[in-house]
Amino acid sequence: MQEFKQSIIASLWFVFLTFPLMVVRVNTMDNVVEWRWMNILWVAIASFFLSYCWRFMHARQQTKKQESDSGVEQASKVRLLLEDQSFRNKAMAVLLVFALIFPLVFDTYQSNIMISALIYVVLGLGLNITVGLAGLLDLGYVAFFAAGAYSYALLNHHFGLGFWTCLPLGGVIGCLFGVILGFPILRLRGDYLAIVTLGFASIVKIVLENWDEFSMGPSGIANIDKPGLFGLDMNIDGSTTYIYYIMIGLVLFTILITMRLRNSRIGRAWIALREDEIACVAMGIDMARTKLSAYALGAFWGGMVGVIFAAKTTFINPASFTFMESAIILSIVVLGGMGSILGVILGAFILILMPEYLRAFSEYRMLAFGAAMVLMMIFRPQGIISNIRQKYEFKGLKEKTDHG
Amino acid sequence: MDWSYFLELFLGGLTRGSIYALIALGYTMVYGIIQLINFAHGEIYMIGAFVALIVAGVCTIYGFSGVSILIIAAIIAVIYASAYGYTLEKIAYRPLRGAPRLSPLISAIGMSIFLQNYVLLAQTPDFLPFPRLIPEFEFMEPIAHIIGSPELVILVTTVITMILLTLLIKKTKIGKAMRATQQDLRMARLVGVNVDRVISLTFVIGSALAAIGGVLVASYIGQVNFYIGFLAGVKAFTAAVLGGIGSIPGAVMGGMVLGLTESFAAGYVSSDYEDVFAFGLLVLILILRPAGLLGKATKQKV
Amino acid sequence: MAEQKHKLLEVKGLTMDFGGLRAVDSVSLDVCEGEIAALIGPNGAGKTTFFNCVTGIYNPTHGDILLHPKGQTTRRLNGLKPNKVTEMGLARTFQNIRLFPDMTVLENVMIGRHCRTHSGILRSIFRGPGVRREEQQIVETSYQLLEKVGLENFANEFSKNLPYGAQRRLEIARAMATEPFLLLLDEPAAGMNPQETHDLDQLICRISAEEKIAILLIEHDMKLVMNISDPIYVMEYGKKIAEGSPQQIKDNPKVIEAYLGEETDA
Repeated sequence: MQEFKQSIIASLWFVFLTFPLMVVRVNTMDNVVEWRWMNILWVAIASFFLSYCWRFMHARQQTKKQESDSGVEQASKVRLLLEDQSFRNKAMAVLLVFALIFPLVFDTYQSNIMISALIYVVLGLGLNITVGLAGLLDLGYVAFFAAGAYSYALLNHHFGLGFWTCLPLGGVIGCLFGVILGFPILRLRGDYLAIVTLGFASIVKIVLENWDEFSMGPSGIANIDKPGLFGLDMNIDGSTTYIYYIMIGLVLFTILITMRLRNSRIGRAWIALREDEIACVAMGIDMARTKLSAYALGAFWGGMVGVIFAAKTTFINPASFTFMESAIILSIVVLGGMGSILGVILGAFILILMPEYLRAFSEYRMLAFGAAMVLMMIFRPQGIISNIRQKYEFKGLKEKTDHG
Repeated sequence: MDWSYFLELFLGGLTRGSIYALIALGYTMVYGIIQLINFAHGEIYMIGAFVALIVAGVCTIYGFSGVSILIIAAIIAVIYASAYGYTLEKIAYRPLRGAPRLSPLISAIGMSIFLQNYVLLAQTPDFLPFPRLIPEFEFMEPIAHIIGSPELVILVTTVITMILLTLLIKKTKIGKAMRATQQDLRMARLVGVNVDRVISLTFVIGSALAAIGGVLVASYIGQVNFYIGFLAGVKAFTAAVLGGIGSIPGAVMGGMVLGLTESFAAGYVSSDYEDVFAFGLLVLILILRPAGLLGKATKQKV
Repeated sequence: MAEQKHKLLEVKGLTMDFGGLRAVDSVSLDVCEGEIAALIGPNGAGKTTFFNCVTGIYNPTHGDILLHPKGQTTRRLNGLKPNKVTEMGLARTFQNIRLFPDMTVLENVMIGRHCRTHSGILRSIFRGPGVRREEQQIVETSYQLLEKVGLENFANEFSKNLPYGAQRRLEIARAMATEPFLLLLDEPAAGMNPQETHDLDQLICRISAEEKIAILLIEHDMKLVMNISDPIYVMEYGKKIAEGSPQQIKDNPKVIEAYLGEETDA
């Protein structure tokens, strides 16, 4: 009964709250007012039910928290499955096979969507190094992406340099930007760090928009070369399939390197930095070098995949590199689970593919996205796949058995 | 040296600065009390402006006129913005109060995106013209080329609001509770302060101020759009940081400094890069003096 | 003929000002080879600030902090970054435990090996035989350290899941992983029950005798201090008010007043 009252109150509150925006629509140009009374009903019903859900979710979280506090932590079946190395290997193999035959089974349009998703996977994995492993909150990652894309576009436009030449260059330039960004902000932490990176990225975007002589301004750069295959002339389908396989290659490359780094000396240093910077430094780790390497390594992927982005769309302009992009990439990392490779991949797929395939609801895509971010933080902050660390065996001190 | 141009830029800068100050106060008060950058604060400002637009539109159609529309619109906008601010805190921030810093920040970004798109979908993506509600005063005519009536109204409103806010913080019991909670939340709770209520009130006041700013700006510039919150929000945050986040006089000072910098930069250098100056200032301050001009550098206890 | 004991750490007139507040006022102390020295005093005496100055977290306002590694040149530690201080052989634990909660117990110790190993980024990516060997060694050494503090069974647990006393021991193991010749322990027994304190007692003595690591500890627990340390330095309000053997300290009127005074204030 108490709950019923609470839900009624919530319902009334939201009807009040949303009244001006949901019910009234003013057209100040024609001086007409539109009254959408039905919306009151929808808001009332929705908030009534949602308040029940809300309370339920919160209650469930409380019990879970009590369980873990008292040490009674039941590892869920899903988690046990994920920690099992042989399962992970099989899952990876299946995914790989699926990825390889994808363009042969589906059409070009689908391949294009997949390429977009894969681009976000690489961006997510790159940011994962900076934010997920090292805990350096970067809200301006899109700047590295832009650096790579514009490098290729400009080098291609002015000097005719080809895709394959520019691909590693994009990574290097991204790296450079990473160090340039990282150097002045070494001492910053937490919120301030986030805002500065946001500021940097905004400055980059505004400069790209306004420095016409350099970046061709808001109209962008067009006619960028697609990647070549020994001078072969390819049509749209062939080109797209080619780029798709290049992306698969890049994703595999990224995963391999990230995995190697994550369980290495530098990877542990990054995680230590994230967990407790003061203790980390006290244990002999050079904070500056560790942070800079995290920025640089993270930015490397942004730059590299930026080149591919430019080659795929053959046209870039500053509008593709907004704060919203940085927010999306950050969400992929956080929602997927900080530091988890599989989590980032899943996160990218969910965030990018779902809106594509649920086109009917595409209007509500960003709305759902914002709500998802809030809900995830409240109810599952550790992300889809939470921290799985390396396990070591000591029967006579054998070699490490698991790989994270 | 063209003094009249200089004066025009100066007063224009102060006007901008006032708006930034009004919004910045919300950021600084919330950060001071719960160390959260309320990313969605800009959206509250935008909602305030939108609600004012809607009310003004309805009033005009139903035959009201003149200053009365402005007053009614402002009051209702403030009420609604405060309600949104209150709800925002209750839903998106309060559940995350013990969590590591990243969580509420992401939640705030999420709410910002949510609110932007909520208004976009509930209303329209277009730029809607806003009626010029601020009346022109006759006595302003002789100096109209330097400062106009809207600017005067904005400046005066801001000053009055500052004075009221300072009185609230310094002289009332609830103001004392707010100051106590800002200094040491746990301690304040132990001595009996209803911390939840104080935090809610902080959000409400900040939102009200942002709404006033929103109404003034919308009348001044003449249009609103669902996206104005983002840019204004970042700039106002810059202002708050500039003055020292957590410090109320700092927010006002920061707002003025930012407003003047932008005005002079746009007037003497280039108006395209106006935003670069704001962001550049932000970056420089955070790198060189994160405590801001008036703030105190806090050392972390080891 | 009594051999002059080798001074490992020599602190002369250390002073630390924070604005107008003088937290540490001209404190001098020495730690010699083979010693377990203690720094005690009532709350707020400035002991942890002293530690923070020695380990590089603060840059002292006045005074000298000299490190004399055996067989090497003397190094002045003033103003050096904490990681450099650790590299030179001086490691520490923290008053409020600072472990890496989302890493396993073994990995926490492995972090300590960072400054004694060299695999860089590129080499880690290619993971050649040299890197694999180094990783193997890191795992082995870390495991052995866990055995020394009795935590080897928890190796693959997340450190945040350890009970309190075990966490403190883990911090010590982690500090030891950096191969220090001098270990600074900040209130290692805080929050421990008598049994745990006794075990800690034994552990510290073992470390001192078997690992040949000198120890300087900050402690509040008088029993722990009196049992195992010599010399003892006493601080109050930032100043050193006494130094000597446990017996001398116990009978020192200034020390008694400092501690008794604290009791009556409470």
